[in-house]
Amino acid sequence: MVLGNISTNNRKAAVVGVANSKFGKAPGNDVYDLTLSAFHDALADCGLDKSAIDGIIIHRAPDYQRFCELAGMNPKLIATYPSQGRMSGVAIPLAATAIATGMAETIALVYGNVGRTAGQIYGGENDNYGSGGAGRWFPYGMTSPGAMHAMMFRRHMHQYGTTAEQLGEVAITFRKHASLNPGAVMRQPYDMDEYLGSRFICDPLRLLDYCLINDGAVVMIITSAERAKDLAKPPVHIRGYGEATAFKESTMPPDDYWFAQMETVGQQTHAMAGTTREDMNALMIYDNFTPTVLFSLEGFGYCPHGESGPWVQEGHLALGGRYPANTCGGHLSESYMQGWALNVEAVRQIRGECDQRQVPGAGLIQFLSAAPIVTSIIYGAEPQ
Amino acid sequence: MSDYAKPLPKIDALDAPYWEGAKAHELRILKCGNCGHCSADPTRRCMSCGAQALEWTKASGRGKVWSYGVFHKAYFPGFANDVPYNVAIVQLEEGPKLYSNIVAVPNEDIRVDMAVKVHFDDVTDDVTLVKFEPA
Ligand SMILES: [Zn+2]
Repeated sequence: MVLGNISTNNRKAAVVGVANSKFGKAPGNDVYDLTLSAFHDALADCGLDKSAIDGIIIHRAPDYQRFCELAGMNPKLIATYPSQGRMSGVAIPLAATAIATGMAETIALVYGNVGRTAGQIYGGENDNYGSGGAGRWFPYGMTSPGAMHAMMFRRHMHQYGTTAEQLGEVAITFRKHASLNPGAVMRQPYDMDEYLGSRFICDPLRLLDYCLINDGAVVMIITSAERAKDLAKPPVHIRGYGEATAFKESTMPPDDYWFAQMETVGQQTHAMAGTTREDMNALMIYDNFTPTVLFSLEGFGYCPHGESGPWVQEGHLALGGRYPANTCGGHLSESYMQGWALNVEAVRQIRGECDQRQVPGAGLIQFLSAAPIVTSIIYGAEPQ
Repeated sequence: MSDYAKPLPKIDALDAPYWEGAKAHELRILKCGNCGHCSADPTRRCMSCGAQALEWTKASGRGKVWSYGVFHKAYFPGFANDVPYNVAIVQLEEGPKLYSNIVAVPNEDIRVDMAVKVHFDDVTDDVTLVKFEPA
């Protein structure tokens, strides 16, 4: 209710500046080099001076104080989030709410990681994934978020008859999109035989079902729609957003693939945005692992529960399809920027900046993220 | 000295009764004396009702395979010779889920919802792991 009221007042938020560092491997750069570079590029993108920024929200980069010191800033609003990717969908709504309430006027959301250069591995003795349960899993050889998703997908296969080929359709489609994105790390397309021939990491998931580990930084600058009017680029309005959590017993995967939370969040987000699913021109789906995409499509109602497999085979997620998704290549092929690059892609699509991968007439795009925190954001060319 | 090279549980005061039970070939879970909620996640307060009335009780040892994966990558050096090895989530008939391994059956023959019963694996003199086999 409160969020709904905010959305209808005259301080709705809009994205005015976006930037990212080069993705891939950035040896010799620390996380501040990358985030500061993206920060200054994002300022240039909207034509604002850093003095206009009065809020900083930081994700993954380790130290907000050091970032602000290096950026030479004294913002009045500061927030920082732990390293899970699900936090991109949490941080952007927080910024929109802070702007709506006047707590800040213009906020820079700053994401950066140097996981590839640091040799980060998801899995093994140093992996803390799974709400502290790892100590009890390791003796059985259990580890890694990928394995947790492998088990969720195995259950989906059992419950609904979903196939490896249907899952592969997601990976193949997103890689094909990446082949049109000069900034993507992995651009070589592959076919179903190559997908099925890629090695298992945790059966039923193969190498090509996993996101990349890369270095990179992404910055978004968000301000009030009022302030956004006379900046360098047309504003992209944050029309709606929603959140719900699934923390109870989250040491284990959920029995329902987070469907209950996704249904709630989908309804809230569309209600705030004044939209329906049918209005969407494209989707940006958090794709740490391919099965998440299928679960998200079902949970957010783009297809019935259990029917995502045949549905994606109909080609709906491809450029030229009904709901082109992850047009930048997503986490599987562009770079694993933990949701941030997908949100930036939504902004660039609505601005019409996507060249070969541009979705014609992209005016409304929904970001979907399924995890123990389920979030969604709807971006629009027009304010509500 | 054992030459067992795989990770061992880090046993603390909270979950010591669980591992003591395993060593005695008894599968224990926490049952709430107030609301009856059962948990395999060691805690001092019931995660359902909040009562401090948890007691370690003996589970039936029967359950079902909720799902499983087969690891082809060895994230732990001690598992390198075991790949491909299975890890399953077993849901006990009392409700709680456990990560474990399914033994006494080839990986190819494991199925979701397959009935299983507990199997105790004395991996070192001090530690017994709780595994499952087809029931
Ligand atoms: Zn209780």
